[in-house]
Amino acid sequence: MTNQEIIERIDRSIAEEFEIDPEEMKPEKTLFQDLGLDSLDIVDLVIVLETAFGFKIREEEGIRKIRTLGDIHSFVLQKKDELESIPR
Amino acid sequence: MPLKRVVITGMGAISPFGRGVDTLMTALLSGESGVRILPELADIRGIRTRVAALVPGVDPGEIPRKYRRSMSTMSVFAALAAGDAIAQAGLSGEQVRGGRLGVSIGSTIGSPRTTQSFFDDFRIDNSVERMKSGVFFQIMNHSCAANVAHMFGITGRTVAPAAACSTGCLAVGYGAEMISMGKQDFMLCGGADEFHPLTAATFDIMNAASTRFNESPWKTPRPFDRDRDGVVCAEGSGILLLESLDSALRRNAGILAEIVGFASTSDPESIANPNAANIAHCMHQALLDAGIGPEGIDYVNAHATGTELGDIAESEAIRSIFGDRVPTSSLKGNLGHAMAASGAIELEASVEMMRRETLLPTHNLDHVDPLCASVTHVREITRRRVDTVMKNNFALGGVNSSLIIRRFQQ
Repeated sequence: MTNQEIIERIDRSIAEEFEIDPEEMKPEKTLFQDLGLDSLDIVDLVIVLETAFGFKIREEEGIRKIRTLGDIHSFVLQKKDELESIPR
Repeated sequence: MPLKRVVITGMGAISPFGRGVDTLMTALLSGESGVRILPELADIRGIRTRVAALVPGVDPGEIPRKYRRSMSTMSVFAALAAGDAIAQAGLSGEQVRGGRLGVSIGSTIGSPRTTQSFFDDFRIDNSVERMKSGVFFQIMNHSCAANVAHMFGITGRTVAPAAACSTGCLAVGYGAEMISMGKQDFMLCGGADEFHPLTAATFDIMNAASTRFNESPWKTPRPFDRDRDGVVCAEGSGILLLESLDSALRRNAGILAEIVGFASTSDPESIANPNAANIAHCMHQALLDAGIGPEGIDYVNAHATGTELGDIAESEAIRSIFGDRVPTSSLKGNLGHAMAASGAIELEASVEMMRRETLLPTHNLDHVDPLCASVTHVREITRRRVDTVMKNNFALGGVNSSLIIRRFQQ
């Protein structure tokens, strides 16, 4: 999966779960103020991402620093790089 | 402390006929049945009933996601019915949010569909890792009440009475008492339930669910009829906006009816079986609360679900108090039994019967059971002015309830 495909999957999954207009899915958008999510939604956001990408991230420190959609893109891309660097 | 008079100024209904009290009344006046064959019941081992009365055509999508995420189907029903009741009453935003409006809405249990969905997933690998944040808010016992309060920004009391089939009636009665005591000026009151096979199975295993009309669902249930064979489970919500008379007059609200009496009694004889004497005791207490005698009641809207024992016990109780003088009918022949919602939906129809000066008959009552023949059954649509109505509901668990409403007069 390319980085662009990952970003598209993130945006699609979040837009679908939280019923957000796909046009609104811009990296600079803040989750709370711009996209209208709240703390309960963040609980579900983690599950949406875990389901979409098959990893576990609930305990990750990096989650707490996420403010924008772009932060999610970066977080997931970094997580993917970490997973792929682990020898199988 | 003088008690305040309590009136009904708004009503919302989600019934097996769809949304709205007018929709409900049109179907009832046309003698329609909301009961249908539910094919998926055939896939459940051990269940014999195949019919139910489900709500058609309700779109949860009209509720914003922010509110909908914590709602199961029953809360969606309650929220839509509550919105319609508020709209009919014409309450302002300030009146809704200002602390003088409270909520008294119950359901039999928290959402059985969400509960099942959670455990289906949980049992895959003994994991809660996929549990969404909304699950608890859909299965907690006060889910309907809390979701209604949340959606409309209500800041007064929230209570969620739960007594299965008596819930709707109790919720209205307790709400009326709060207004009567001056604790709130307005109360959104009623009940909601969503269909789940668990409910049908509960009656089925006790041989109290209808099983002989699986191919002709419109013929069941058959309250008071000699060929009745049990309950048909339904779903929906009835929500009434109650208000102090002072408030209603002050804001020139349309008054639909006055609530003049309420009683609820416990029946310790049996957790499941109704007892005629205890039912009669409840009805008598409601008359005392209203300060009227049996001669003051013009019509009884019965609980009568179409079970063998329940219909006989209620007939005997009605007979013992009213003799054969008072016309009586049950609406469950049309509606099935919407559990926590049934009392409130039937109360709304009773209000409309009073307003329209028209009594609805018991649907499917073709041959009155001799053991239920001691009361005067409404057998056809009857034009008659009635000014005071008793509404009964009796629940599994032995919780009886009776409300008395009256045509409003200054």
